[in-house]
Amino acid sequence: MKELVCIVCPRGCRMRIAEENGNLQITGNGCKRGAAFAESEVRDPRRTVCTTVRTAFPDVPVLPVRISKEIPKDKIFDVMREISRTTVRTRLGRGDIVLENALGLGADVIVTSNVLNETESERRKNDGTSACADL
Amino acid sequence: MTASFYDVIVIGGGPAGLAAAISAHDSGARVLLLEREARLGGILKQCIHDGFGLLRFGEKLSGPEYAERYMDELRAREIDVKTLTFVTKIDNTGDGFRVHTVSRGGVAVETARALVLATGCRERTAKQVFIHGTRPAGVFTAGTAQHFTNLLGLQPAKRCVILGSGDIGLIMARRLTLEGAEVLGVYEAKPTPSGLTRNLHQCLYDFDIPLYLSHTVTRVFGADRLEGVEIAEVDETMTPIPGTERRVDCDALILSVGLIPENELAQSLGVRLDPRTKGPACDGDCMTNVDGVFCCGNALHVNDLVDYVSENAAQAGKAAALYRPRERRLIELQPSDDLLYVVPQTLDLQRAGDALTVYFRARKEENGCTLEITADGKTVFSKRYAFLRPPEMEQLTLRPGEWNLSETSVVRFSLRRPEQEAQR
Repeated sequence: MKELVCIVCPRGCRMRIAEENGNLQITGNGCKRGAAFAESEVRDPRRTVCTTVRTAFPDVPVLPVRISKEIPKDKIFDVMREISRTTVRTRLGRGDIVLENALGLGADVIVTSNVLNETESERRKNDGTSACADL
Repeated sequence: MTASFYDVIVIGGGPAGLAAAISAHDSGARVLLLEREARLGGILKQCIHDGFGLLRFGEKLSGPEYAERYMDELRAREIDVKTLTFVTKIDNTGDGFRVHTVSRGGVAVETARALVLATGCRERTAKQVFIHGTRPAGVFTAGTAQHFTNLLGLQPAKRCVILGSGDIGLIMARRLTLEGAEVLGVYEAKPTPSGLTRNLHQCLYDFDIPLYLSHTVTRVFGADRLEGVEIAEVDETMTPIPGTERRVDCDALILSVGLIPENELAQSLGVRLDPRTKGPACDGDCMTNVDGVFCCGNALHVNDLVDYVSENAAQAGKAAALYRPRERRLIELQPSDDLLYVVPQTLDLQRAGDALTVYFRARKEENGCTLEITADGKTVFSKRYAFLRPPEMEQLTLRPGEWNLSETSVVRFSLRRPEQEAQR
């Protein structure tokens, strides 16, 4: 018997997992996604990664990114290292791919903000105020 | 000085202001949105982690993705937006409001029939939690550390201690760990964690970061840069226990010790604040005691999910757009001591026929209890909960039109526990 808190949604259901002849008995989950999470947590725990990637643009020194699908939990720091070796040199927008199939894990690193394009259009319009000017 | 007339002015361009402006526009109002920073999106700009939007969009979005969905919606409409614009003063003229602003263009006055205050909240600082010692660099609020890391690309700590187990503190524990910092521990003065359960798991336990309950930071050391902190155990009144002090060497102390709604503008207008939420006391339309002044999002009460903020703000924006001066017949919604608060605080009898969205938090952790609402002593609503935790806000949709309310009615919210159930 194993106890687990679901991290799929903010409800944070407390689940119990029992294993019988290789079959998992999951209770306490509020939805199907919880059962899927519990199963994956026992057999192959995976996580998403949200971080930033360095850019060549002084007005937006880092750009937020995430991975397109979850990766094995023990690969998180390997993917972080790969992302830290990268510099974005074109004005990528939300949904654009920074790194394809990172470390061969089948997950792309994708941009989650349009800030680079936004500041570009603002820069043309105005006087190049940095998006990070005010703390 | 220039002046222009709007139906609704929304102050604050974070998630609440964005949703309020869109909703006010869609309800037929001419809308102006004012934001003091260079970019819209508020705190979500720096909340690069995911988990936003599950209720609203059925998707797990990062903060920027969630905010930009609303920013795209805003741009698709004819809504006037002024960024880098700070509100210095508001006059209530009786039939509307004169909003004084300062921006790179100079000073200006904008006029509107109704206001939506979407000014968000601020973090409690080191000075507000009485930490003694020197004043070295390296003591940050979690939001400041997040700003450095996620927007400026700077690492604020190599070896740090986090005080407080609020969600931003937990998120930053993971974030700094991912960026190569050593997080020595999260210390929480209360006997229970303040953040969402899922954040304890995915931010601390996943990375073997220890959580120390009933512990606090009592002192900081260091001249120019922080060199260490003193940790002590605390008793049930959160007072440090003498003899339990120990020193932990670190170069940063990150505080996640609570958020306070920001209501300086509201107070300057004579808006009455609820001491429980520290935000304005509002009716079911999010209108404060001052006619024509609406409040939403974290300025109204600190939310744990942005999805609730958007929902509540859209309601406030619509109500502000439809606002016409009228007599209100308000009755109070009274929380018992089992509850931290109930929002809204009042109900307008003239609007009792409409559905009423109510948010509440339990004062302490409850395992199996029933929320009960009584009107003049008669139970008018009840709902069972398997768990209630103070960090996890609950939402209800009520139909007060069915409760036979009058101006002298007393509406009370309380919790009934199983042992009380057995006595009945």
